[in-house]
Amino acid sequence: MYRETEILQEPDPALEGAGDMVINVGPQHPSTHGVLHLVITLNGETIKKVEPHLGYIHRSIEKMCESLSFRQFIYSTSRMDYLSSHINNHGCCLCVEKGLQVEIPARAQTIRVLMDELTRIASHVLWWGAMAMDVGALTPFFHAFREREMINDIMEETCGARLTMNYMVPGGVMFDLHPNFIRRVKEFIVHFRSKLPEYDELVTNNIIFQNRTRGVGRISREDAISFGCTGPTARGSGISCDIRKIYPYELYQKLQFEEIIEHGTDCYSRYMVRIKELHQSLSIIEQLIDNIPEGEFQAKTKAVLKLPKGEFYSRVETARGEFGVYIVSEGGTTPYRIKFRSPGFSNLSALDHMCRGQKIGDMIAIMGSLDLVIPDIDR
Amino acid sequence: MWSLSYISTSIDRWLNQTFSPSVALLFEAVLVILLAIGLFSVLGLVLIMMERKVSAYMQIRLGPNRVGPKGMFQTVADTLKLMVKEGITPEGADRFLFNLAPFIVMIAAMLLLAPVAFANNFQLWDVNIGVLYISAISSISVIGILMAGWASNNKYSLLGAMRSGAQIVSYELSAGLSIITIVILTGSLKITDIVIAQENGWWLFKGHIPVVISFVIFLIAVTAETNRAPFDLAEAESELTAGFHTEYSGMKFALFFLAEYVNIFIVCAIGATLFLGGWMPFHVGNWSAFNHVMDYIPSSVWFFGKTFFLIFVIMWFRWTFPRLRIDQLLNLEWKYLLPISMFNLLLVTLMAILGWHF
Repeated sequence: MYRETEILQEPDPALEGAGDMVINVGPQHPSTHGVLHLVITLNGETIKKVEPHLGYIHRSIEKMCESLSFRQFIYSTSRMDYLSSHINNHGCCLCVEKGLQVEIPARAQTIRVLMDELTRIASHVLWWGAMAMDVGALTPFFHAFREREMINDIMEETCGARLTMNYMVPGGVMFDLHPNFIRRVKEFIVHFRSKLPEYDELVTNNIIFQNRTRGVGRISREDAISFGCTGPTARGSGISCDIRKIYPYELYQKLQFEEIIEHGTDCYSRYMVRIKELHQSLSIIEQLIDNIPEGEFQAKTKAVLKLPKGEFYSRVETARGEFGVYIVSEGGTTPYRIKFRSPGFSNLSALDHMCRGQKIGDMIAIMGSLDLVIPDIDR
Repeated sequence: MWSLSYISTSIDRWLNQTFSPSVALLFEAVLVILLAIGLFSVLGLVLIMMERKVSAYMQIRLGPNRVGPKGMFQTVADTLKLMVKEGITPEGADRFLFNLAPFIVMIAAMLLLAPVAFANNFQLWDVNIGVLYISAISSISVIGILMAGWASNNKYSLLGAMRSGAQIVSYELSAGLSIITIVILTGSLKITDIVIAQENGWWLFKGHIPVVISFVIFLIAVTAETNRAPFDLAEAESELTAGFHTEYSGMKFALFFLAEYVNIFIVCAIGATLFLGGWMPFHVGNWSAFNHVMDYIPSSVWFFGKTFFLIFVIMWFRWTFPRLRIDQLLNLEWKYLLPISMFNLLLVTLMAILGWHF
């Protein structure tokens, strides 16, 4: 790591000019939200280059999954993007189910979608607090956690865990819903609807916040596609890429919701995509919460799962973008090879492009708007 | 009207009766120094506690509530912890400047206490250039901050110090210009004269809209001068970890911290003195009955009430606003605040010449 940093300090023909300063932001830094190491080259306050260094928390989850059975490997994916662990599990379950050719009961599908959307709200709410904290406002973080706590309590009752839920299993979900679930979700909907305008008052409509984010960290539609950006990062640049709309899975094609697309290409439009997605997720939950069908919560599956020989791929929309699962099976009880396509990695790769020519403070705002989760990038 | 000055004059009388005048003066000097140091530390403790409680209130949490009744001794415990911590001087730092910087910042803050009138006739030094003295001394602290940033041998500190230098130097202009409006209206630089001139109403109410404008500009400028959010770019913990005091630990860090809070107190005290009448009770023109009732509230209560109200406003800023970017910060000063305050100064001068104010 140090050796590479020294190489960077040598004159680079692309970065002409003396007086450049190289600063290591991270691996321990308040705004990298994890152990991300950025080597930034500065000229005064202006950023000339950003180079992310990864690998500080690489756990080789994909390799570990090769020695775990098709039931077990799903749980290790909760540890990747820990803010949307339900959705990661969901993606893996879909892939295994594709191989097993099982029919998922309607009740299980509804529960899955409900949990996905609750997770998305919890993740976006946390991002909102962290984004505001990155641009210097500390109070929104606590307001965000008030809502996130409510969701975590709901999750704790039904799934038994607050962060790494491990609730989805191939064929459905692990347990039935807790009797309190519907009541508490309805309470949450009422509470959250009343608090959403507060979010706009506190941050969105604040003139300082708008100045800090408008026109900052621009990435054009073409560049966003070529960097492989997905999720709100890409939708902020006007790309239609919501997997729930373009490759609908589970119940999503029956639901009424909009794909949020903003054309500002800057931090503010990425911010607005997520804020509007909160409203959409809330409306999806409202549509489903009164219509949970009765029946089985889990399809009958064998105790030991065996996928037929072949390759399987499934994709879901996490809070951060497209999450893909690619499984190669040799017909055994464990995956022969497995590969996850995580949204954070591709979104991070666009950081350098967005940051060049901006100020240090802008870089922090850009990182906030990308909503990076480092274990998702490093795996 | 009871005032703190009763205590000070009786002590003065007793000392002068018991000892020769020069010995009495010596005793008084020692007393004043002790008082200043005592006030300094008490202010630090009270304001840090207040900040934590205000932030807790705004962030829907309880704040410190374990040490002492309602957590009142939390700051004392923190200070004790900081005192026994090792004050590390990093390798490669300029040892002399690194250790000198916190003292410069603190001494500048302490010197500013001198001309502040805490109550009727209760003032350390009623110098006839009080306002000029304040604006001169308050620029010294930037030297300490630059020194701390440079001597730390840390790139984050250096960036923070450079930002702070640019920021304080620019915002001093606006703060100075808005102070001058009051000086023009009063016709004196002396703090006592400024307070006495507000006997029939505070300048904020007597001076029409121009004084309100200069009051708002003053509040913005002093928030920037004390490096408080939304202008806390020198510290900007999400960008520069802790800015110019990244490398400081233990008591040296505590001195920076304490100086920040004492600076807030002083700028708010000055704001209260210039615009809100200092220790002068709330008087309305010639309603003598109303004014008489108001006089029954001790002058120190008026002074501290107004000051703490302004401190609350500044804390309110910190816990609601995001931070500005460095170029936006300088744009705000040079493109908006400075031209407005210059034009405002003309208006106030016109008003003072024509006698339009009450």
